[in-house]
Amino acid sequence: MSTASAPLSPSASPSRAASLTLAWRFAAFHVGGFPVLPTLILLVLAFTAVFANVIAPSDPEIGTLGERFRPPAWQTGGSEKYLLGTDHLGRDVLSRLIFGARVSMVVGLTAVLFAGAVGTALGILSGFLGGWVDQVIMRVTDTWLALPALTFAIFLAAVVGPSEMNIVIILGAVYWTRYARVIRGEVLSLRERDFVRLAIVAGCSKWTIMRRHILPNVLNSAIVLGTLMLGVVIVTEAALSFLGVGVPPPKPAWGLMLADGKKGLMAGYWWLTVLPGSCIMLMVLSANLLGDWLRVKLDPQLRQL
Amino acid sequence: MKRYIFRRLGYAIISLVLLSATIFVFVRLTGDPTVLLVEPGASRGDIEALRKDLGLDQPLWVQYGAFVKNLVHGDFGSSFYYRTPVLELYLSRLPHSLLLATTAMVFSLLIGIPSGVLAAVRVNGWGDGAGKVFALLGLSMPSFWVGLLMILFFSVYLGWLPSSGSGTPLHLVMPAVALGWYFAAAHMRLTRSSMLEVLGSEYVKLARLKGLPEALVIGKHAFKNALIPVLTLAGINLVIMVNVAVVVETVFAWPGIGRLLYEGIAFRDFPVVQATVLLGGVMIIAVNLLVDLLYAVIDPRIRFQ
Amino acid sequence: MTALLELDHLTTRYVSARGARVVEAVSDISFRLEAGETLGIVGESGSGKTTLALSIMRLLPPAARIASGAVRFEGEDLVTKSDREMRRLRGKRIAMILQDPMASLNPLFTVGDQVAESLRVHEGASRRTAWSRARELLTAVKIPAPEARVREYPHQLSGGMRQRIVGAIAISCEPRLLIADEPTTSLDVTIQAQYLNLLRELQREHGLALIFITHNLGIVARMCDRVAVMYAGRLVEIGPVRRIFDSPAHPYTRALLESIPRLADSRARLTAIDGQPPDLAALPTGCAFHPRCPKVEDRCRREVPTDVTVAEDHRARCWLAAR
Repeated sequence: MSTASAPLSPSASPSRAASLTLAWRFAAFHVGGFPVLPTLILLVLAFTAVFANVIAPSDPEIGTLGERFRPPAWQTGGSEKYLLGTDHLGRDVLSRLIFGARVSMVVGLTAVLFAGAVGTALGILSGFLGGWVDQVIMRVTDTWLALPALTFAIFLAAVVGPSEMNIVIILGAVYWTRYARVIRGEVLSLRERDFVRLAIVAGCSKWTIMRRHILPNVLNSAIVLGTLMLGVVIVTEAALSFLGVGVPPPKPAWGLMLADGKKGLMAGYWWLTVLPGSCIMLMVLSANLLGDWLRVKLDPQLRQL
Repeated sequence: MKRYIFRRLGYAIISLVLLSATIFVFVRLTGDPTVLLVEPGASRGDIEALRKDLGLDQPLWVQYGAFVKNLVHGDFGSSFYYRTPVLELYLSRLPHSLLLATTAMVFSLLIGIPSGVLAAVRVNGWGDGAGKVFALLGLSMPSFWVGLLMILFFSVYLGWLPSSGSGTPLHLVMPAVALGWYFAAAHMRLTRSSMLEVLGSEYVKLARLKGLPEALVIGKHAFKNALIPVLTLAGINLVIMVNVAVVVETVFAWPGIGRLLYEGIAFRDFPVVQATVLLGGVMIIAVNLLVDLLYAVIDPRIRFQ
Repeated sequence: MTALLELDHLTTRYVSARGARVVEAVSDISFRLEAGETLGIVGESGSGKTTLALSIMRLLPPAARIASGAVRFEGEDLVTKSDREMRRLRGKRIAMILQDPMASLNPLFTVGDQVAESLRVHEGASRRTAWSRARELLTAVKIPAPEARVREYPHQLSGGMRQRIVGAIAISCEPRLLIADEPTTSLDVTIQAQYLNLLRELQREHGLALIFITHNLGIVARMCDRVAVMYAGRLVEIGPVRRIFDSPAHPYTRALLESIPRLADSRARLTAIDGQPPDLAALPTGCAFHPRCPKVEDRCRREVPTDVTVAEDHRARCWLAAR
């Protein structure tokens, strides 16, 4: 991975800080501030998700019982047919990881978009209209925010039953409150800005103002929040799947793989735990780094997020 | 200050009402709540009896009234599996979760606060860079995966620590670290940014102008002020920890309320699920209120309003 | 006789994080200050006044550094002193008060604690001694009911009282020099006069030298013996207040004096100085003031003016004054 080194003027920054900045750049593979590696990872994951059918060597949902618990190819007992080993039902781990990327991406992105749309809309309504609309939305938001997302999601999953579709809706229902809070805050300060006041004075309808003036301006925050939420949503989905109320088997969700992997843990079948978890971490880490960069780039005021 | 207390109390009560209403509404959202609230394998007669009992033919707000009345009297339903009132079950398991959460919290503060202070004092130096990496890892690794990895390493490979159950302090180590890991990173981040803000304040500047030794400037003037938001967050996080420990408790078979929730899902024991979520929410609202009140006592600015 | 404070061609630079931009916030400044004297430093915001004060105190932000020159206090060069030596001087021999008293005081500690702190650190006073001294100091700065006040928190006091507390902290260890950076700017106009009187009284009683940084020429006229005018980081004129107000040598000083509105004025409009203060990162060639100077000549555009002695103890940096 090539890194562009910053021009270091010897007379300027103290050498220690400069060498650390370089180290940090290397670690996060930033080039001119842009997180290259994380974005690359996300793109690779997205690519994998889309072309899973083509890339995966085996069927992720059907396994050969005779080939159970095979270690990865480079260990004794492994075979080239199953590059990263097999699980307790003889299914190819690599294929499951690849299809799992699709599940995570689809669920993650859809849930984030759903939560974002609802949360932004309600945040705008709440912040702009004020009055009892604001009070109602805020009270509900505060209460829902008080409930930890995971617990709430588990409850909802128990009520409606787990399925891929339901998970998306549940995650959306749980996380829209984060958006609403932040967007409302933005709208409150936007409301006092001159161009909004002018529009009010000019007699524009409230809906027009919200649509044409407020919405484009909060979009930045929404996007940044979205990238940050992506990581959170993916971890929550993994947790739900791990507990058995997320994506139902035999679909290869990474969280589900971890649950299955636990069965082989005491026997030392490390690849069933380390590999899916690493994928989760990779995706979340990349999303977080990208989100951090976006946050600084798009709106320095959001640094408190 | 009295006004402050009453206002906070009012908000708490509204939140409690909204919480119970939310739970109530969602259960009834599926159309026929008897599906959830009746034991698996119950007869037609049982279902009819339950229907009458819940008063499902009555208007919604009457049902809600009855629901709330039960809650206030401590009737949270009975577990199908254990055949005991859920509240009893919950309270018997709660101390274990509290023990786990408290230990995890202490761990997260012991790691988070000093590293945050170090990162802030040596901004852009090696301490800060290491801290950033640590924070990113902590926030990207799902807690249950950390737990699984630790089991793999410390139980399976090294054989030092027990992999499940409770009873000895050794049993507490891994779950507490797994649970506290994420929060350590979060606390470190907050301590760092809070400290940075305080270090840039005018009164720290004046402290330096007074010629006070740097240790006093940081230790006395900066630290106490920087700690306020961190401790506030920690207080709230403690309760959150208790609730999101579901997965960690499941991984380590730790007998707390998290594990109870898992059992509720695994055994389709809906009263347990409903009550756990409800009680979790109540706990959080109560603690939020407590923290707000404590704030009023500590921060002299509010005390004398 | 050595002056109490002597600045000798002091230059302070700010360097941006990647070393790309270098800005001279304080450029080649020299002046003397005798014991007990009051020197006013005037200039627009951004002229480098605060950086100058912080340079003397050696408390510059990490991005700034003293590039060259000397700051001699009681004969010793502060620029060469170690951090520990400077810490012993700060608050004890040289004190500084800042603009915003509310922000200057730590909200979580009592007023008494913060006043007593300097005494405990610099003079090793015991808790009891320090607190009783603190009470005395509050009386000295004319705070009513000091015994009660000492246990109160900053937010319980009014703005004027807070600034007095800051003043009490400053004089607690009997410093020789006090630097006041716009101390009255955030006070009510009615309180300002009282505060200035207090400063003058304290100065007389303790034999303090005072450097008074302000943008308000009226205060300069009342408080100061001498005045120094700063522009774009340079000292463009310095001399006794009387002389400067009567016959300013530098066009900038003249413009500043003319822009003060006077009640008896027959002019219909207020005069302001044309143009904007320059961006220190992109200074014009030659004299930094030349784009706004009504008397600009060719030489001004090309060469930076040197220090010219206009009269005894009156210097200015202007080619026109050289004639």
